Amino acid sequence: MSEAIIRVEALGKLYRIGARQERYYTLRDTLTEALTRPFSKLSCLLGCNGVSPTISESAFIWALRDVSFEIKRGEVTGIIGRNGAGKSTLLKILSRITEPTTGFAELHGRVGSLLEVGTGFHPELTGRENIYLNGAFLGMKRAEIQRRFDEIVAFAEVERFVDTPVKHYSSGMYVRLAFGVAAHLEPEILLVDEVLAVGDADFQKKCLGKMGDVAAAGRTVLFVSHNMSAIEQLCPRALLFGHGHLVEQATTTEVLKHYLSDATASPDGNFDLAEHPARSREHLPVIRHLTLRSSNIHPDHIFYPDDTLIAEVTVVPPKPIRDPRVALAIEDCFGRRIMTLASYFQSDRLPDIDSPRRITCILPRLNLGSGRYLVSLSVCSKYDVIDGLHNAAWFEVGWRNNYGNGEPYQPFYGPIIAQSTWTTQDAPFA
Amino acid sequence: MKSTDSSPVFSIPVIRVQPSSGWVSLNLGALWEYRELLWFLVWRDLKVRYKQTVLGAAWAILQPFLTMVVFSVFLGRLANVPSDGIPYPLFAYCALLPWQLFAHVLTQSADSLVADKQLITKVYFPRLVIPISPVFSGLIDLAIAFILLLPMMFYYGVFPTSAIVALPLFLLLAMATALAVGLWLSALNVEYRDVRYTVPFLAQLWLFATPVAYPSSLVPEKWQALYGLNPMAGVVEGFRWALLGTQSLPTPTILASSLAALTILVTGAFYFRRMERTFADVI
Repeated sequence: MSEAIIRVEALGKLYRIGARQERYYTLRDTLTEALTRPFSKLSCLLGCNGVSPTISESAFIWALRDVSFEIKRGEVTGIIGRNGAGKSTLLKILSRITEPTTGFAELHGRVGSLLEVGTGFHPELTGRENIYLNGAFLGMKRAEIQRRFDEIVAFAEVERFVDTPVKHYSSGMYVRLAFGVAAHLEPEILLVDEVLAVGDADFQKKCLGKMGDVAAAGRTVLFVSHNMSAIEQLCPRALLFGHGHLVEQATTTEVLKHYLSDATASPDGNFDLAEHPARSREHLPVIRHLTLRSSNIHPDHIFYPDDTLIAEVTVVPPKPIRDPRVALAIEDCFGRRIMTLASYFQSDRLPDIDSPRRITCILPRLNLGSGRYLVSLSVCSKYDVIDGLHNAAWFEVGWRNNYGNGEPYQPFYGPIIAQSTWTTQDAPFA
Repeated sequence: MKSTDSSPVFSIPVIRVQPSSGWVSLNLGALWEYRELLWFLVWRDLKVRYKQTVLGAAWAILQPFLTMVVFSVFLGRLANVPSDGIPYPLFAYCALLPWQLFAHVLTQSADSLVADKQLITKVYFPRLVIPISPVFSGLIDLAIAFILLLPMMFYYGVFPTSAIVALPLFLLLAMATALAVGLWLSALNVEYRDVRYTVPFLAQLWLFATPVAYPSSLVPEKWQALYGLNPMAGVVEGFRWALLGTQSLPTPTILASSLAALTILVTGAFYFRRMERTFADVI
């Protein structure tokens, strides 16, 4: 007997563009289509090269294509990829919410899916009632919920409000309760989608701890997240998705290396952005290139907290950009915004851009703790976004004995390294 | 989509997810597995409906009662509509019991899938649970409204005959009819939002076509069977016969109604299952 608890073979999902969201048909649409279809067929016969005019190739999109993999029992696997890479579609298919178009998947065991926190919560019902209702939606038996009821309430820290309608809950309490129910599911296979994105830092830590327990209990977990450090912490192995394809299945360290450097693959601080994977089709590729470099040259292009960061953005405008505003946003690998550097924070405006131009931003002292940081950038004309890329580039800040006196700077001190001066005086009246 | 329990060595359920095409089985086994969820949905429906209302569950009696009063005054008294020799208020109230159930399911189920959109796109369960749940919450309303029928019968001196043993059958027919229409409407509304606009209108027309305010004996003998194709006609007449002991059972109407209800129910269930696989994508 094979050890695979999840087996996925040539799985694919084809979406008709627009059909995924608000698009629905009215009876009239169907009637008109039924009436016009014979004629369009006829006109096809009369000569339109065999291409049906109603459904063109571009009206469909493969959200997932030809994906095959196996997951062994007890493995905790992270699923990473950019937005639209097919991660959520995969989980939706595995949890039987939607059907695949091709291929199949085999899951050996009870499947619990947690694609959203608080599925089926009803604001008018009390915390107690919602625990039962939500548990039932997630596939728990009544006896099972009863058995774990106190544990759930204790985890959510809502003991005093169990019999209050959840509409009176603070959003924090709501989320804690919802995650509490889900975290006490006991299926063999658990599918989790980005549920840690909600709640405050304390709560996230608690959730991560709970997820760790689940993993330690020998459950098989598939975990989708944009929180790279959570993935790194919880999942020994990971799957990397890109444009609906499975790009890589390997150890998390290996996969993360590829994900962060991605197609740009330039650890030298040069990022070619004209055809970058982070590029959306909404905008013309106005931002062509980004260079991140330090005032001091270090091997491996690592930055240090006391370095000056120099960012150079190359812009090729199709038409003149009036009142240009350029911004760089720096996020840590938790997806937390650390800082925003913007041209409009200074008093002098940038001159209008009517030809290819290089715009330079200087941050005199980086002051960031060690770790990886992701850079997003945008160019606006006054308030209209001309071009923008999310998490298009990254840089690494190295660890260093930061204060020159031997005092190491620890990651838990926070991402910003600030200089402060300390003195003492007499306090005669105390 | 199929899920089969087939592991000979260990009793681990193996779930196979693959594309399905054409008509699929009803998969009643999965429905049975999720019976607790069905119960929770019924309970949620009742709980939410009567929360923050002053009268609470009394609404379940008040609605058919007030309708009965209006019918009695305008149709029974002023328009002199016949009532097969039964006091008109009793005649109307008895018919309103199954009618309320039907109307409740009609209005609830049409929008039910769309209202629970959040669930359908985020969690798996047999979708059939959603249109089935209003049938049971309607049944509980019916049970509450039934309480008023007993003193009314006593007041008018009408006592049930041995025909009352057939009441569960007609109750079942009422539930089947309601579910049948609910299945069609809920599945259709996912793709065609026209449905929800037609529902109030449909309920009104259907009420006129059903012998709630008038006896079906007004319909000429030779049209009785055709009239019975409206399954609610059979349900209402059956209720009157079983509870109030109307002289004779309109057999052709009942037979036609049962057949019609069964046909709509079975086709509705298969249509629902066929459409189910696209719900999460289209809704």
